[in-house]
Amino acid sequence: MAWTTDEICKIAAEKELKDGFYVNLGIGIPTNVANFIPSHIKVLLHSENGMLGMGPFPFAGEEDPDLINAGKQTITALPESSYFDSANSFVMIRGAHLDLTILGALQVSERGDLANWTIPRKMVKGMGGAMDLVANLKRVVVLMDHVAKDGSPKLLKKCSFPLTGIACVKRVITDLAIMDIDNNGMHLVELAPGVTLDEIQAKTEASFSVYTNSSL
Amino acid sequence: MVKIFNNAHEALSDILCDGLTIMAGGFGLCGIPENSIKEIYNSDKKDLTVISNNCGIDGFGLGILLEKRQIKKMLSSYVGENKLFEQQYLNKEIEIEFNPQGTLAERIRAGGAGIAGFYTKTGVGTIVAEGKEHKVFNGETYILETGLLADLAIIKAQKADKAGNIIFNKTARNFSPIMATAAKVTVVEVEEIVEIGELDPDHIHTPGIFVHRLFKGNFEKRIERVTNREKK
Repeated sequence: MAWTTDEICKIAAEKELKDGFYVNLGIGIPTNVANFIPSHIKVLLHSENGMLGMGPFPFAGEEDPDLINAGKQTITALPESSYFDSANSFVMIRGAHLDLTILGALQVSERGDLANWTIPRKMVKGMGGAMDLVANLKRVVVLMDHVAKDGSPKLLKKCSFPLTGIACVKRVITDLAIMDIDNNGMHLVELAPGVTLDEIQAKTEASFSVYTNSSL
Repeated sequence: MVKIFNNAHEALSDILCDGLTIMAGGFGLCGIPENSIKEIYNSDKKDLTVISNNCGIDGFGLGILLEKRQIKKMLSSYVGENKLFEQQYLNKEIEIEFNPQGTLAERIRAGGAGIAGFYTKTGVGTIVAEGKEHKVFNGETYILETGLLADLAIIKAQKADKAGNIIFNKTARNFSPIMATAAKVTVVEVEEIVEIGELDPDHIHTPGIFVHRLFKGNFEKRIERVTNREKK
């Protein structure tokens, strides 16, 4: 049985977040990782529009138009929060002061190239802060469905969409498996319950090795 | 020294003309200079180059300048949530130069600081790097990005004193402090103007040297995505 979106976020939170980490969560599914931060650790969330220490969404009627996240959603502050301008926000990113970013993706290649900002002739939105995050942070983790809505693979030999960054993704957590990427290529390290190696092979264009020291 | 005006029309009417390059503060609809944007809309000036992280939404913020096709070119990092923009872009009626958000911020900071260019790893291997100088430092590849300057910066802050020192509120700060440094004329609209001496000098975000014109505006402060949690 494949992992649900919530389960993917829970796995990401438990495996990737460490006490004292400063973390940037991308727009969309990765935002939900915040709901699964283990209670015994303290993590501060960075929002690239100029905030560290993002709090939860406000209760109805308590929204502040001057307090939003990078996805333009209303949020709240915490006692330890701080605000800053966009230049300083990206000093934290470009200077690799943040420990980790967790992002969504359209495609990931077997050497860790990421495409997540545009589909030619179909989607014109822009890259926002994603290129800065993936080019400069040491750890980039992607959460996505294993295949696209039309069933085509998203883990590819080479991305066909315009790139966000090259050789930057270190781990991909999909609804079917966890894949790690290092200088030697892509490696299958964990399967979702009931998912077989055959299914992953059928739904993955990228070449990958299978780690023997995993739970397979 | 800062000059204080009664409204956006008085603060902007002698500056606005066709072909201006304008920096506009704000992130999404948060911290946008609503009054100056409306004044530009009313002025009917066109062929504008606008440098702003986003382009508002349909019918609000910078989005209204699309209605009369006043913008020739945008420099932005993200223009989703705007159907009119997408339509004009696909019809080739508007040009866009996508900049990674941090590169956009640093280009503005550099421009205001008198720095002609800087090298960054952001965008290496992507279309952003095409045509740009590449240079290797300590075994890693960087690309050259240039500083940005504008004719006019339109900025919204929460509070100013009569010396032009300004304070922003929460995440409404975003690009505004750096844009204030990078334009020939910086026009700031605020919710409140107080007497000199009422602001703690330690709490000033942007010193008055960067603020040329100031007025008190009226703000709708629309929220783009109201998102709530359930009361338990």
